[in-house]
Amino acid sequence: MNTTIAYITFRGMLGRRRALLLFFLPAILILLALALRLTGNDTQDDGAAILWTFGLAVLLPLLSLIAGTGVIGPEIDDGQIMYVLTKPISRTSVIVTKYLCAVVLIVAFAVLPLWLAGAIMLGPDSDLPWAFAVGAFLGGLAYCSIFTALAVATRQAVTVGLIYALVWESLLGNFAPGTQTLSVQQWALTVVDRLTSSSTITASVGLPLSAVLLVLVTAAGLALATARLRTLTLASAD
Amino acid sequence: MSTAIHDIGYRHYDGPRLGRSHVARSLYLYNLRAVFGLGRGVRAKLIPLALAAFMILPAAGDIAVLSFTKTPEALIDYTMYAIYLQPIIAIFLATQAPVIASRDLRFRTVPLYFSRPVETTDFVLAKFAAFVTALLALMAVPVTLLHLGFLAVRGSMVDAGAPDVPSVADQSVYYLAALAGCLLFALVLSSFALLIATYTPRRGFGVAAVMAVYLISNVVVLIVQGASISNGNYDLAGWAGLFTPFNLVDGVQARLLGGDLGVRSGAAAPAGSGPVFLLACLAVVGVSLLLLMKRFRKAGA
Repeated sequence: MNTTIAYITFRGMLGRRRALLLFFLPAILILLALALRLTGNDTQDDGAAILWTFGLAVLLPLLSLIAGTGVIGPEIDDGQIMYVLTKPISRTSVIVTKYLCAVVLIVAFAVLPLWLAGAIMLGPDSDLPWAFAVGAFLGGLAYCSIFTALAVATRQAVTVGLIYALVWESLLGNFAPGTQTLSVQQWALTVVDRLTSSSTITASVGLPLSAVLLVLVTAAGLALATARLRTLTLASAD
Repeated sequence: MSTAIHDIGYRHYDGPRLGRSHVARSLYLYNLRAVFGLGRGVRAKLIPLALAAFMILPAAGDIAVLSFTKTPEALIDYTMYAIYLQPIIAIFLATQAPVIASRDLRFRTVPLYFSRPVETTDFVLAKFAAFVTALLALMAVPVTLLHLGFLAVRGSMVDAGAPDVPSVADQSVYYLAALAGCLLFALVLSSFALLIATYTPRRGFGVAAVMAVYLISNVVVLIVQGASISNGNYDLAGWAGLFTPFNLVDGVQARLLGGDLGVRSGAAAPAGSGPVFLLACLAVVGVSLLLLMKRFRKAGA
């Protein structure tokens, strides 16, 4: 953990126009929740549907992708990472700092809005908003780790991440249910399923397997990112 | 000796000057090649060509199924092809729009173009036309393949006694309508994607921003449609389609191009809304083009 790197990373992510995207996406979720509440579409099923289809399936992977790749990708892209790598800071520390920044962004722009939207839809007494917030947090930990590793490994990290989130998790998940075993979204959903008494959410992966895979993927992503950063070569433009 | 004091004796260019149309054509061709990564390394080709192959795969598979089952229902509805495969098209859109729209801005090469006799209008229209052509090819090739496959298998379907085999003329008219739908898809999708990509020149952010707009608008419309259908308000569900790119174009397909309403769920555009959807499509294209011109004019100054 290095406060200077964290400060620079946050300044890069939250300065200028890019931050608009981060504010804009959760704002839509909350506005939609408000609109549905005001028009009376706020049953348990509606709430679970919006938290799942919007929050867990779209908002979380998208923001993790922006945050996870954004904390390190642009610096590698324009060569500024050299100024960090030539300082006596361990590569592990660099990666862990960047990763924690991404996690903080995810909590602020995905997990909290998800909980807030749930609370708006279902009232503060329902356990669904809490369950989804915890599930999204754990899923976000894994997503950020994967996408940070991708950003160090390839210059087309956003594209590869999108193909994973869209084609693997959503498209193939519908046609070939076997692929759901290896889907962060399903692991997060398992956690949600366990934490809520509501029967509207049914997960397809068992809890022990989900928990093990979540921890494993997060650790593997961070290790891979550190290893790649040790042997980073700065290439020229595409 | 020459009288001009700046003339230090270099040879002048006295070859042919090819003019504005040649410049526009060259820019168009260059951008079209850039979309598919032609003239670049393997990495630049990998994603667009893989996605193009993915687009063709279901059409090829469908023809194989059709030739075995010999039932007309096995044929994928032409106007629904782009709808079914919209994740693939959206990824193509998100990854390749920045190739055309962001690079010149990111590397600040736009002023170099405008130091030559290139008009902003030509420059932007060449980029736009190239991307529209690429998207049109992406969608029209598999639809054409489907139609050719149908024509090839039709005879044996009739021989096998399958009921309700559409006539060649009917199906060909439907195919032409589907091609018009593909063109409208290409126009609308490329204008909104290029516009977003020009405002996010950094690598990665353009891809994420295009995808965010597509995904978020899609899921919001889906949720609104779900809520209004469960309240029995089918008209509202249909109108909600105006706010997401694929449903916007599909409204025109369903109401003006004779798209099959049976394969569309309850959220198809409401009756009589076709002209509104078409006007909305044209407005998206027009406004995007104006903003694109403005953006590149500013970048080139």
